[in-house]
Amino acid sequence: MDNIAIELRGIDKSFGPVHANNDINLKVRKGTIHGIIGENGAGKSTLMSILYGFYQADRGEIFVDGKEVAIRDPNTAISVGIGMVHQHFMLVENFTVLENVMLGAEDSQILNKGIAKARQELKGLEKEYALEVNPDALIEELPVGLQQRVEILKALYRRADILILDEPTGVLTPAEADHLFRILGQLKAQGKTIILITHKLREIMAITDEVSVMRRGEMVATRTTRETSVEELAELMVGRRVLLRVEKGEASPGDVKLAVEGLTVKDSRGVTMVDDVSLEVRAGEIVGIAGVAGNGQSELLEAIAGIRKATSGTVLLNGQSVDVTGHRDPAELRARGLAHVPEDRHHVGLVLKFEESENAILGYHNDPRYLNGVFLDIDAIRKDAEEKIAKYDIRPPNARLKTANFSGGNQQKIVLAREMERGPDVLIIGQPTRGVDVGAIEFIHKRIIEMRDQGKAVLLVSVELDEIRSLSDRILVMFAGRVVGERSPEATEGELGLLMAGVEGRKEAAE
Amino acid sequence: MSTPYAKLPGWVEYGLIPLINLAVAFLVAGLVVLLVGENPFEAAYHLINGAFGRGEYIGFTLYYATTFIFTGLAVAVAFHAGLFNIGGEGQAYVGGIGVALACLWLDQTLPWYVVFPLAILGSVFFGALWAFLPGWLQAKRGSHIVITTIMFNFIASSLMVYLLTRVLKPLGSMAPQTRNFAEGGQLPKLDWLLSIFGLDVGTAPFNISFLLALAAAFGVWVLIWRTKLGYEMRTMGHSPSAARYAGIRESRITVITMMISGGLAGMMALNPIMGEQFRMQLDFVQGAGFVGIAVALMGRSHPGGIIPAAILFGVLYQGGAEIAFEMPSISRDMIVIIQGLVILFAGALENMFRPAITRAFAMRGQRAAAVVQTKGA
Ligand SMILES: Nc1ncnc2c1ncn2[C@@H]1O[C@H](COP(=O)(O)OP(=O)(O)OP(=O)(O)O)[C@@H](O)[C@H]1O
Ligand SMILES: [Mg+2]
Repeated sequence: MDNIAIELRGIDKSFGPVHANNDINLKVRKGTIHGIIGENGAGKSTLMSILYGFYQADRGEIFVDGKEVAIRDPNTAISVGIGMVHQHFMLVENFTVLENVMLGAEDSQILNKGIAKARQELKGLEKEYALEVNPDALIEELPVGLQQRVEILKALYRRADILILDEPTGVLTPAEADHLFRILGQLKAQGKTIILITHKLREIMAITDEVSVMRRGEMVATRTTRETSVEELAELMVGRRVLLRVEKGEASPGDVKLAVEGLTVKDSRGVTMVDDVSLEVRAGEIVGIAGVAGNGQSELLEAIAGIRKATSGTVLLNGQSVDVTGHRDPAELRARGLAHVPEDRHHVGLVLKFEESENAILGYHNDPRYLNGVFLDIDAIRKDAEEKIAKYDIRPPNARLKTANFSGGNQQKIVLAREMERGPDVLIIGQPTRGVDVGAIEFIHKRIIEMRDQGKAVLLVSVELDEIRSLSDRILVMFAGRVVGERSPEATEGELGLLMAGVEGRKEAAE
Repeated sequence: MSTPYAKLPGWVEYGLIPLINLAVAFLVAGLVVLLVGENPFEAAYHLINGAFGRGEYIGFTLYYATTFIFTGLAVAVAFHAGLFNIGGEGQAYVGGIGVALACLWLDQTLPWYVVFPLAILGSVFFGALWAFLPGWLQAKRGSHIVITTIMFNFIASSLMVYLLTRVLKPLGSMAPQTRNFAEGGQLPKLDWLLSIFGLDVGTAPFNISFLLALAAAFGVWVLIWRTKLGYEMRTMGHSPSAARYAGIRESRITVITMMISGGLAGMMALNPIMGEQFRMQLDFVQGAGFVGIAVALMGRSHPGGIIPAAILFGVLYQGGAEIAFEMPSISRDMIVIIQGLVILFAGALENMFRPAITRAFAMRGQRAAAVVQTKGA
């Protein structure tokens, strides 16, 4: 039995009426990568939070290396060799990499000595695991992929032997994800044990040794990865057969609903983020924007949605001009038929401290149907929220629950329901399925295509190339703030990849 | 990850934790009393007795509480929109102008129930005006409200000295205050309210503005949780980026919120001016604006918490005066120290005992569950 790194026995946890973990048993073998999958709200993060000491189980035992341990808080978890990389990073934005890694593990009272030592140790770790990152860079200036590396370094610096990663690739580009997997492979080779939560079954198949499936708080199956298939896993998760590929008919594009001409956006430091971008989206078509994260897609969406100022350019919505460079009013744009699913649901799309029903009207709170004069019509708001909860299968179905207490995927559904149920003329969406389970992805993709078939214009940004290719009717590739090419969805992954890396694009622009 | 601590039952969250904080505050205060060589139990007795011992004392306690409800609500409203209004002191002070003007103008011809509503409007108008300027400066010029409201406290102070020594002072009088109001400028006491409980209000200035304070508390609850404006304020308070996304105009909400906050602070002036002194004097606010910050903190910016917090500070004021009177070696400053300790433990260190209590509860839950399990097996 001594090759078991972690064993959970009868772990049980409820949040009020929600039975998040129901009598969970799990064994993770030492030196393996163990995947955990399950629908949104299945209880994966909760289980890992218990293992990491964020939550206390109501019942059950935890064994690490065969010894029972009481994990009261993250410090105990660290002391028994468990490290965690959270779904949402826990880094101090205006600290450097080195400072973040050291934080809470400063060996000595005199910081200077500690810093020198930490720097050296960090160098060693970086080399050992190919985790290059500049120790003096500020976190806020690093792309997410590197921020995540810092999280991993943090855990390794604390001598973690068991590493928990909760949806690590949700925010990564394919290239970054590949790199992460190489790192994980490296760690495994060194004898570390890794628990990996992800919604991407492809990743599970590619990298794990074993995989456990959770459904509605229960552990329903464990499989050896080699002996299972994506289809079987999807079915185990959802409890029914899942369509992994979207079915969609021919597009029949109509009038131009959204026209962007020469749009240029600079950030606060004056760096050009979007560089002279022009594009059109017609009624009844989905235009996908592919690109490595950080190449101006986010800024483009924000400028169109009126929450970021453009320095020049014009935008026509339903043929009427939008003042993107001057007075921007997102509320007015909504009234004119634009809906926006922002990339960052935590800081932009939702107020995490609100109850669900309050978020279900965010941005639409001026709508008379939610109001009695200046007063909120609470009954109407809750009823409306409950309808959306039912339609989008948001779990738990409780409009009064605080939004922060919904699982990541369900939070995403709250935003999508709000924006899509309006029946807007133009829908702009950033990362629609980030952190969303396969069943819900199927649902969301269906809804997006339905919107298209109803004659809506959809502009889609995603770092998931698969998603872009399977949903879009036309694909634009952005690189360094410019649109460097347009392709049909039949274009190969390789072809798009080259464009995204800026290789092909430069040639094309030169010609 | 919202909070690393599990959720606690309501009675723990809103009952036990504040009580523990309070108990610790009084424990430390007791040590301070011991340190100056006095008997802490005697001090505690005088505190409680001084605040509740007689109808009259209760009247004083509630009179102070009235003041603190207004200033506490003022701070809380701003908090909800993410604004830190430290200018309650100045806003209340300037709000007094509105009260005084209404009274000086009409007190001799009209009954109090006509003058009172006008005085309310006046106090709200002037208080809001005094908060409008910092709000506007932040919205349009980016000057931070924390700085500007502090500055406006000083300006208010100078302005009032000027007004009370030059403009509003009756000719020939030496004191920096307005003339005494006639009957129309005097609010009726709530003696009948206390007599329901068989208490006699005596000389305590416990007056009808207490009811206004309760109404204002209810109004604030409605505003924050039941109106569109309140929704917009809370959105901005929790997440400015979400507010921008939702099309909520930060500058508009900043200015409006500050005016509401200032208006509430201004209403505080009604209590001492029309309820106690029947004239406007120099420095009638006496730090109530700052106490409001502590009251809002302790009451978690919720009217349901602000009212008890305000009463607690009423107790500290009234009972504290009694201690100072009965135990000469405990000076007024000591009372301020005790008040400071309450603010420290109940407000600033609000979360100090939370982790331990949470852990205790988690463990208790675990053990209870284990018992059930063994029994079941
Ligand atoms: N602090 C909390 N209070 C109340 N309910 C909670 C809390 N944390 C989680 N839950 C509920 O417990 C259930 C399990 O949530 P959990 O975050 O573990 O799901 P998950 O499997 O990680 O989902 P996802 O894939 O969407 O991240 C959900 O129904 C969630 O709403
Ligand atoms: Mg999760």
